[in-house]
Amino acid sequence: MEQGTSRARPSDGPAPRNGLSRNARLGLVLFLIYCIFYGGFVAMNAFAAERMQKPVEALGQINLAVAFGMGLILLAFVLAMVYMMLCQASHEDEQGGGL
Amino acid sequence: MIHPFSLSAFIVFCAFVGIVLAISFYMGKKARSSRGYYAAHGQIHWFVNGVAFAGDYLSAASFLGICGMIAFYGYDGFLYSIGYLAGWVVALFVIAEPLKRLGKFTFADALDKKFNSPAIKFTAAISTLVVSIFYLIPQMVGAGALVKPLLGFPEDFGVVLVGIIVVLIVVTAGMVSTTYVQFIKGSLLVIFCFALTIMILKRGLTTDPGYAAGNYHRYELKKIADVTAGGTVLPEEAGWKGKPYVRVKSPDGSIIAWRKSADPTRVAEAQMLGKRDGKPTVNGRPQGTGKGEADLFAVGQISKLPDGQTSTGPLGPLQYIKTLQSSEIILWGSETIAEADGSKTIVYFPKPTPGSAIMVPGGSPTFAGVSPNFKGTARERNLKKIDFLSLMLALFCGTASLPHILIRYYTVKDQAAARKSTVVGIASIGFFYVLTLYLGLGAMTSGSIDVTNNAMSAPLLAKSFGPLLFAFISAIAFTTVLGTVSGLILASSGAVAHDLMSNFFKMELTDAQQVRAGKVVAVVVGAIAILLGILFKEMNPTFLVGWAFNVAASANLPALVMLLFWKRTTRSGIAISITVGLITSLAWLLLSGPAYTSVYHLDAARAPAPFSQPGIVTIPLSFLVLIVASLMTQEGRADAVDEMAGAMQR
Repeated sequence: MEQGTSRARPSDGPAPRNGLSRNARLGLVLFLIYCIFYGGFVAMNAFAAERMQKPVEALGQINLAVAFGMGLILLAFVLAMVYMMLCQASHEDEQGGGL
Repeated sequence: MIHPFSLSAFIVFCAFVGIVLAISFYMGKKARSSRGYYAAHGQIHWFVNGVAFAGDYLSAASFLGICGMIAFYGYDGFLYSIGYLAGWVVALFVIAEPLKRLGKFTFADALDKKFNSPAIKFTAAISTLVVSIFYLIPQMVGAGALVKPLLGFPEDFGVVLVGIIVVLIVVTAGMVSTTYVQFIKGSLLVIFCFALTIMILKRGLTTDPGYAAGNYHRYELKKIADVTAGGTVLPEEAGWKGKPYVRVKSPDGSIIAWRKSADPTRVAEAQMLGKRDGKPTVNGRPQGTGKGEADLFAVGQISKLPDGQTSTGPLGPLQYIKTLQSSEIILWGSETIAEADGSKTIVYFPKPTPGSAIMVPGGSPTFAGVSPNFKGTARERNLKKIDFLSLMLALFCGTASLPHILIRYYTVKDQAAARKSTVVGIASIGFFYVLTLYLGLGAMTSGSIDVTNNAMSAPLLAKSFGPLLFAFISAIAFTTVLGTVSGLILASSGAVAHDLMSNFFKMELTDAQQVRAGKVVAVVVGAIAILLGILFKEMNPTFLVGWAFNVAASANLPALVMLLFWKRTTRSGIAISITVGLITSLAWLLLSGPAYTSVYHLDAARAPAPFSQPGIVTIPLSFLVLIVASLMTQEGRADAVDEMAGAMQR
């Protein structure tokens, strides 16, 4: 039964780990970057919706709401590519090669 | 609106379903073991898995719901797209790799790997089951909404049909077939929607969508004297008192409601959907296409293009949006009016709206609070804003907590493959969500949409390009429902057969028995999904998906994140956090205004929940509970939660 093993464990917490792996740290940094943009986007929609009507000159006069939204989709893809490339480099490091 | 039966759509639909079932039976041979059934032997190629992620994720609600919401309200639908995609960032950067490292078949496996705790096994399995079933509801509702106009069957029949086909898919082959079905579906969806977008841009914008499918009426303001000539103006009685309509009864018995405009001498034609002797009526006549019957007309039109143009010709992607922003579009609103005989009439009325107001947030009832033009008290505005923030938080946090998405990480061989498949998923899904904006706006101006059913906007847009494209898009949409539902049923099946029966209750099952048990569970969950799909059929699929994201994010995400990133997390903390997140979010949703209106048919004002999306309260609460419970159950402390769960096992 499960209970026996449960009582035998000295601690309720997980086994200690030597901090976060490089990939995990990288993931968190990219996640935080995205959070800032996503948070800004949501906040602007909630509290300054009228500003979202402003046209963006560089994007053929489409408004900020559409430009920001499309930009967030693009940013997710770009950060995902960055993550995949850097993670691969890290994997090669572990194998003794790479960067 | 009655959609005529389309033989070509029916043939293409049957071909699609036939191919899906054939793949399922063929793949069934490869899934004899439980690892094959639940995790496709961990041998799916990362690219296939990535596109299958898109197939899983781009559900009926994503495809039909978002396109419909954009077609009806504009930019607000795109907010869902952005929120859904942002959730993948959490999945990739925070969850993907460690989850792959920890798990075996299910989300519960991953949570429990460090602790081997009965309480975690139990709560995680229940959470998976509840979230999956909650997510199943909108898919089934979407299926019903699709089958009715596509094949001419009643909505309930559509729900039953989807349920049966999906159970057949799941019990024949499990994860291998589900993955390939999702791969095919995901690819076709993106390819066909891309083709449709190109056609929309090539067609450009026009004030007279003469290509429109169905009985399209051109919007125009008419003089009151002209519309009342030869008819009888009905008195303003019962619910019509004080409403901006002039109702004119013709000698043939039909009644047209004309909505007053800013010009006091002119009115625009509205449409009325009522009920007489339990049967639907349109403009006072029985709904139908025969003699003496009437049907609603298709809508969706630009009334004014910039610089007085009547047609733009082909447009580039940015030009298309810019032109729309500078145009005037006829959107349609609705209101329910109580008749003197106690029945209710829904009036659909045209709303000429500047494009600049359509391409900003706040156009839909869900997000109305963020609009600068919101008409309501400051308290109502603030609650609506909190509701919006809560939904965007739930969409962000929910993706990485959905069981049917999480189990897909176990179908590839290692962490690198998990990572790569997520990137492929993000690319496909992101690209698709950009397309949804064009599909929605294309439908909005196509003169082919149905005022009663926004979920049909994308297929009807396709119909304006020809019956064959309609047939393909409808069949793909239906396969979309099949794919997502089979993934969800598989996740539920794994939760019960693997997590509860085998791991928690320690039932001694051989590998083959475990697979068989999973299939029995799939049948039961399929039956529950059919029942709930019929029960919740009045609710908007996209809105229901938002609810499922709230439950998933509240119950699962805090446990996953803290397990991975906070060393002091304990098994009690995880179990209590899942329980609190699940119960509070569910209770909140079931006590919210939309549930009161659409499910219990009660007055929304009596609902105790102050706003409908609980995530902004229940997600932090679940984190907080986990932290407090973990700090209270550090080394040496008694573990009451596991004791309780252990007692349930005995």
